[in-house]
Amino acid sequence: MKPAPFAYAQAETLDEAFGLLAEYGDDAKILAGGQSLMATLNMRLSEPELLIDINRIDGLAGISDNVDALRIGAMTRHVDVETSEAVATHTPLIAQAMDHVAHPAIRNRGTFGGSIAFADPAAELPACAVALGVTMHIAGSAGERDVAAADFFKGLYETAIGPDEILTAVSVPKIAPGWKSGFMELARRHGDYAIIGLAAHVEIDGGTFGAAHLVFFNAGDRPIGAPQTAALLNGEVWSEELADRLAAALKDELDPPDDLNADGPMRKHLAGVLVKRTLSPLAGA
Amino acid sequence: MDKHVDINLTVNGEAVTRRVEARTSLVDFLRYDVGLTGSHVGCEHGVCGACTIRVDGRIVRGCLMVAAQADGADVWTIEGVSETGEIRDLQDAFVERNALQCGFCTPGMLLTLAELMARKPDASRTEIREFISGNYCRCTGYQAIVDAVEMARNKGASA
Repeated sequence: MKPAPFAYAQAETLDEAFGLLAEYGDDAKILAGGQSLMATLNMRLSEPELLIDINRIDGLAGISDNVDALRIGAMTRHVDVETSEAVATHTPLIAQAMDHVAHPAIRNRGTFGGSIAFADPAAELPACAVALGVTMHIAGSAGERDVAAADFFKGLYETAIGPDEILTAVSVPKIAPGWKSGFMELARRHGDYAIIGLAAHVEIDGGTFGAAHLVFFNAGDRPIGAPQTAALLNGEVWSEELADRLAAALKDELDPPDDLNADGPMRKHLAGVLVKRTLSPLAGA
Repeated sequence: MDKHVDINLTVNGEAVTRRVEARTSLVDFLRYDVGLTGSHVGCEHGVCGACTIRVDGRIVRGCLMVAAQADGADVWTIEGVSETGEIRDLQDAFVERNALQCGFCTPGMLLTLAELMARKPDASRTEIREFISGNYCRCTGYQAIVDAVEMARNKGASA
């Protein structure tokens, strides 16, 4: 379908974008990569009065090394994250996930910040953000503020970004010695939204697990952590028996929804499959 | 606010100046305003890949950009890359291997594969399949398309 008519403004600066957001309120939408927004407009799921294009604002794209973290500008295209040596070296979870974020033509245009700000519960990057404990940098006419990933995702497509604010960058902590990351999703077609997926970030010392973050996507209305299940890993070495205990614990801890691809019980089962397939290679098993 | 936008861009190397509705997608602009109908419109929500075009050196979904965003951009379509001969080996291999039947997906498939061959000339068959995972073909079953890529690059290597 074709979108309903809208006006289009190209913001040259963040202040200009904030001004338009203040003026138009809910009738305006921020256009970043547009790879989700344009689809919803074309399907007329959304009919804004105005699109505020932020693609030409200087300083919103690029990856910089800030000693303990990589700062990834919100307008950094997925392809530039995918091919970044710094990302591959310091944030392997993000590097592993990128290949699953849609398809090459979409990764060429879609943005790192856009995917996080859109907060699709089936998307890869929000789950990675929670698993890694990233910091969101949000700006508005009132100034800048930081929000922890754990406090950022509020519900279905809902985030801590205020109505007159824009996500400008994300700081991703560099992987610490003794930690490993694993990423896996189950999808009908490579690059499509996952039926369910897992971003895992675990401490492991000579085969013995320590602290662990297991965050699932498309398992609820936002990235869904499984801290009780993750805690079972502490002090354990990998075994089939451990895999079975983790899978059983996930059935209690997760409450995934039904949709046309899978019902809740099937998703719970697949969560156990993902944990097994993701963690066993990390343990060298 | 005005729901029209003035744009200047180059399409297949030629300067184009138009006034467009802000909501006009880049692929509709190319088809209806510029008259280049080689880029196809399938799903209009970024799933099928039929509208794949090249903007500033990278393939994009023509249905997920508005023409207004292409102001100042360098846009190439299947017509342009056919005329320059850039993808001739690949096109010949598509014919040779029967890598198309109805042809609807072919322009998008060719532009996608041209980018793969530039970025990763030694891609494995699995990697080729992953790279075209965003381009639906309902005729060939993809096997012949992957064959064609291998054939084209072997020819390129021996030339």
